[in-house]
Amino acid sequence: MTFINYASREINCKIVYYGPGLCGKTTNLQYIFDSTAPQSRGKLISLATETDRTLFFDFMPLELGTVRGFKTRFHLYTVPGQVFYDASRKLILKGVDGVVFVADSQEERMDANIESLYNLEENLRAQGYDLMKMPYVLQLNKRDLPNIIHTEDLAAELQRKGEPVVEAVASSGAGVFDTLKAVAKQVLTELRKG
Amino acid sequence: MPDTPILLREQQYHEIKAVLARLRMDSSAKVVFLVDKDGQEIASQGEVGSLDTTSLASLAAGNVAATGGMAQLIGEKEFPTLSHEGERESIHICVIGRLLLMIVFDERSSLGLVKLRSRQISNQLATMFKAVTEASNQDLDSPFAGITDEDIDSLFS
Repeated sequence: MTFINYASREINCKIVYYGPGLCGKTTNLQYIFDSTAPQSRGKLISLATETDRTLFFDFMPLELGTVRGFKTRFHLYTVPGQVFYDASRKLILKGVDGVVFVADSQEERMDANIESLYNLEENLRAQGYDLMKMPYVLQLNKRDLPNIIHTEDLAAELQRKGEPVVEAVASSGAGVFDTLKAVAKQVLTELRKG
Repeated sequence: MPDTPILLREQQYHEIKAVLARLRMDSSAKVVFLVDKDGQEIASQGEVGSLDTTSLASLAAGNVAATGGMAQLIGEKEFPTLSHEGERESIHICVIGRLLLMIVFDERSSLGLVKLRSRQISNQLATMFKAVTEASNQDLDSPFAGITDEDIDSLFS
C-alpha cells in the first residue's frame, strides 16, 4: 500500500518479485543493489537458508528520485519460490503495489512457471487483490541459456492481460532495470488515478 | 487493484511524533517506532543515529506477519505483543490494528515498564491513525493527481 508522508515529503511503494524457485528473483535484486549508488538504496536484507535459498524474503529499499517535490522510494521484495513456502508468499503480498513475475525460460521449468503464476493469482485473491487490476510486469529470465522456449511461445502461455513483457538475463543485468522501470511506471500511474 | 494510499499530513505526523516522544520518555526507551503492518515506517522518535530504520521496519512487519500466521494455525487471531530480549538491547512490538508499535530499549528500562507504557498509549495511537486513514480515503487533493508521463519518465532518465 502506497504511503505518502507530507512531513518528510516521501512516497513509499511496495513491489514484489514473484516466480518459481531458482528463477532469478533474488538475482534481480542483487543486480539492482550492485549497480545502484549507495546513497540511493538501503541494505539488501536476505532471509535465506544456509544454501542461499530464500527462506522468507529479500528486501531492499530504493530511491528513484523526486516527483513533484516528493522523494519516491520503492521497497523491493522477493518471495521464496519453493512450493512449500506458500504461507510466507501470502504474507509478503500484503500491501503490494506492483508485481513482477520472473519466469524461468528453460523448457523444463515451464510447468513450474505455470504453477507459480496460478499460485500468484490465488494468493493475490486471498489478500483481496486482482492480478488483472494490479500493476504487473512479466519478465522472461535466463534468455542466455541454450534450452529455452521461444519468447512468443512463453509469452503466449504466461501473459495474462497484455502486461509488459521484458526479456532478461538477470545475472548480467540485461532487462533488470527495464523490468523495474515498467512496473514502477505503472505504480506511479496508478497513483495519478487516486 | 492496490489499496488506497495512506496520506499522512504534516500536522498528523507531528502529533504522532509527540505521542511517541512521550512514550519514549515514560518508558525510558532508546527508540520508539510506529510502523505499518506492510513494513512502512510511519514515524520514529529517539536515538535513531545510524540505525537502519527502513530495514528494521520491514523486518518487524515480517516478524509480526510470520508469528500472526503461526497464531492462526493454532486457532488464535494473532499474537498482540512480541518481545525479543538480547544481552544488552531488546525489542518489544505491540500490534495495534494495522499498526506496529516497536520499542527498542536497554538496561535503563525493563520489559514490564515498556509493556505497561505501550499498553497505556495504544488506544490513543489507534484513534490518531484511524483519523489518518479516514482522511486519506476522503482526500481528493492527492499531490500526484496532476503527475504527467514526463514526471514519471524523468525518474528513469
